[in-house]
Amino acid sequence: MTEKNKIEQKPRKNPLVLFIHKLGSPAYFYRFSGKFIPWFWAIFLVLTAIAMYQAFFVVPADYQQGQSFRILYLHVPAAWMSLLAYSVMAVFAFIALVWRIRIVEILAMCSAPVGAAFTVVTLAAGSLWGRPTWGTYWVWDARLTSELVLLFLYLGVIGLYNSIDEPRKAARAACLLALVGAVNLPIIHYSVKWWNTLHQGSSISLMGGSSIDSSMLWPLLIMSVAVKFFYGANLLTRARVKLLEQDMRKAWVKDIVREGK
Amino acid sequence: MNVQQANGSMSGAFFALVRRDLLLAFRRRTELLFPVIFLLVVVSLFPLGIGPSPQLLGRIAPGVIWIAALLATVISLDALFRSDYEDGTLEQFVISGHPLTLIALAKILTHWLVAGLPIVLMSPLLAVWMNLPSGTLGVMVATLIIGTPILSLIGSIGVGLTISLKRGGQLLSLLVFPLYVPILIIATAAVMASADALPYTQFLGLLAAGLITSLTLAPFAAAAALKISLS
Repeated sequence: MTEKNKIEQKPRKNPLVLFIHKLGSPAYFYRFSGKFIPWFWAIFLVLTAIAMYQAFFVVPADYQQGQSFRILYLHVPAAWMSLLAYSVMAVFAFIALVWRIRIVEILAMCSAPVGAAFTVVTLAAGSLWGRPTWGTYWVWDARLTSELVLLFLYLGVIGLYNSIDEPRKAARAACLLALVGAVNLPIIHYSVKWWNTLHQGSSISLMGGSSIDSSMLWPLLIMSVAVKFFYGANLLTRARVKLLEQDMRKAWVKDIVREGK
Repeated sequence: MNVQQANGSMSGAFFALVRRDLLLAFRRRTELLFPVIFLLVVVSLFPLGIGPSPQLLGRIAPGVIWIAALLATVISLDALFRSDYEDGTLEQFVISGHPLTLIALAKILTHWLVAGLPIVLMSPLLAVWMNLPSGTLGVMVATLIIGTPILSLIGSIGVGLTISLKRGGQLLSLLVFPLYVPILIIATAAVMASADALPYTQFLGLLAAGLITSLTLAPFAAAAALKISLS
């Protein structure tokens, strides 16, 4: 067999693998993600408009909670998103630690502030909802408590990332912390849930155990999809800014500035 | 001749390190006492702040003693790798050819012997101060024996991550307290269950499961954290 034959027999890269490798390049990622952001915002706005119209004007008031139950359409999607953002961060953190891809490190770290913001929204909306239903702004309800611990976990990751000066080292340390948190999160969730039943006897449940009517469910599902696009747009925008910041002196950034994009 | 042979066996290195760290700790006895004194001071603040009613104190005793144990552990954690990091010994450990996980485990074991065990030994005194219901002291001590090593194990990850920072201590508490939540819940639940004459062995079992899990995973995570901090 000649040398030439050997070269020809080398397996070709699968287009998907090739695409993923290309995404690892900052310049390619920057341009590629830029195309998605306007679409994400547009889908978010349209879906939110539909869901909010439904939530405020179409869905009837709850027979027990009255109008206040409409906070559900903000509270529940935000709560789901806060957990999903942590999972996304943990998955990116794992990829970042194993393959040491810089863009994935940045994505993991940009997921943390967005997720923390959603956690704050969940807590604020939950406590505002608690006022008319429970008669108080704060109850050590299992879900509120685990959401609070989730916020602390987010703050730990953000705090660690911001205290180490060298960006890549900071990202890797914070990624490891995010993974440790991800291992602990289910344990925290179940122990808090169980601590709550242990101490409170019968805890007040927001849903009351009754199944939610489908006319009330649709706007909720639309809203939760809308929130995912909001998160996506935010994550990509943050990652792009971070990339520009870190690569300020690189040639590809200069090219982009010259193009005026 | 490979590196392993040049430096002796793994268990030899492990015990040599534990011995060295214990010796170093006992040369600085006053520093050794700080976390213990801290523990006593924190617990004594509760009756002052809440009032000396024995019933009230007895009810909150398990929580107070455990929270004081968490605080005392966190303030002692910084010493886990600090001096070795500052004088470069830690880097020598990394290039010694022995697995860093093993070295981390040796340091964690020493930390528990120096900071965790005194908490366990002090707990009968704290129990008297806080008027812990009689008959629950055994459970209290058992939760501390099983629980404090978990605090050292999980804490070592946080220390590994913050070691390169000048003021890592403040950040460290933010990193590790949320991870301590399940231990606090389960340990105090065990003591409270035994105070109410309810079965409590399941809680001790859960704590033991936590100890085994953290013993298997935490040294690896701590070693990974140290490698990142030293890079």
